[in-house]
Amino acid sequence: MTSSEQVRLLNDNPLNISFHKRIISPLCANSIDILQINVGKRCNLSCRHCHVEAGPNRPEVMDRQVFEKCLQVLRDHPIGTIDITGGAPEMNPELPWFIQEAAGLNRRLMVRSNLVILLEEPYEHLIDLYADNKVEIIASLPDYHEERVNRQRGEGVFKRILEVMRLLNERGYGKPGSGLVLDLVYNPVGTYLPGTQQALEHEYKTRLESEHRVVFNTLYCLVNCPVGRYLDYLIRSENFEDYMHALDTSFNPSTIHCLMCRNTLSVGWDGHLYDCDFNQMLGLTVECTPSNYINNFDFERLRNRKIVIGNHCFSCTAGAGSSCQGALEK
Amino acid sequence: MSDNYYEPKDLADFPNITEYAHEQGKNFFEYYAEATGPGVLTEREKALIALTVATVRHCPYCIDAYTNKCLSLGVSSDEMMEAVHVGAAMTAGDVLAHSTQMRKVIKKKEM
Repeated sequence: MTSSEQVRLLNDNPLNISFHKRIISPLCANSIDILQINVGKRCNLSCRHCHVEAGPNRPEVMDRQVFEKCLQVLRDHPIGTIDITGGAPEMNPELPWFIQEAAGLNRRLMVRSNLVILLEEPYEHLIDLYADNKVEIIASLPDYHEERVNRQRGEGVFKRILEVMRLLNERGYGKPGSGLVLDLVYNPVGTYLPGTQQALEHEYKTRLESEHRVVFNTLYCLVNCPVGRYLDYLIRSENFEDYMHALDTSFNPSTIHCLMCRNTLSVGWDGHLYDCDFNQMLGLTVECTPSNYINNFDFERLRNRKIVIGNHCFSCTAGAGSSCQGALEK
Repeated sequence: MSDNYYEPKDLADFPNITEYAHEQGKNFFEYYAEATGPGVLTEREKALIALTVATVRHCPYCIDAYTNKCLSLGVSSDEMMEAVHVGAAMTAGDVLAHSTQMRKVIKKKEM
């Protein structure tokens, strides 16, 4: 499905739900604290829920010129967090250079990794690069049950994630006092919503440590956004209406003031700017022309921009809320 | 009125059971939230108990709600089925335990 077909399906859905009507007044950004850089759609995995629809054959990869513009923007503005995502960011050949440059800016620097790539040639050395530059690692582990993880992410993935977690733990990642942060991301393996982040984190920590001898810092719970492969799955499994209905009935107005789009700006592989990674995959650039491209970055205009919304936004306002930093209500 | 007594969409109507008896409904929801929320038992353990009760009581709304809740809290299908078997065993035991009354009557009445 093309991105415009997805937008149409989400907003012309037969349930007659409307995020626009739910939020009453327009949603606006109030700062840019996080620059989330999607460095490309190439990935060694092809997960069934991936909103990016990433995979080994995707050609979209950020080039040096766009990276340099990102660095310039970061140097010129007080943006506290650099959040690198993909695809598998490691598959961008410019990543090692960018990590070293970005680390020199003294900002919070994080990489969203599927971990399993760190077992593959020629990416093993990146563990050292991450540790040496104190890069925070955020890894997706959608369950603590092997069977569920493999069902969503591919055969053998669970064991390989644990193997990399052990390597990272040996380097100090996930251990108190080491200064090396390893966070995990939970997302439901199906069409239900996540439970309480605190309860799930307790269960994850207990089971992963006792059954697999691995540790981590924090668990972030994410609601699956009906975009990309997950939207395809909802339609094929005839769960689309039920899922959208569940998101709508779980709408929590108190999440609105802390939605991630209000303090995050997302950069696409080609330099286009978006309110979030989901809007990026739907092709919905920021409504801030000509500042919708990294070359025309205008901090003042972008920090107060009106957010582009649609019914997919219900996934960030359901229950305790959802963001790339986990639940909005802790 | 719909054609069926049970409609899946009626689950969303649960918060409206306060209608016509607001105070009692409000008190019920406060009690419900406290009883099913985390306490000495975890939210996860309570969700499994609730799922077992739901199946024993044949409540389609509660089965739907608590299966989803168990899934959302990372409970495996094996764990859920094991909990349902506790309910099934308890129900069977409950039935068989009541044969005590039957056996007492038999012993009293038969020559």
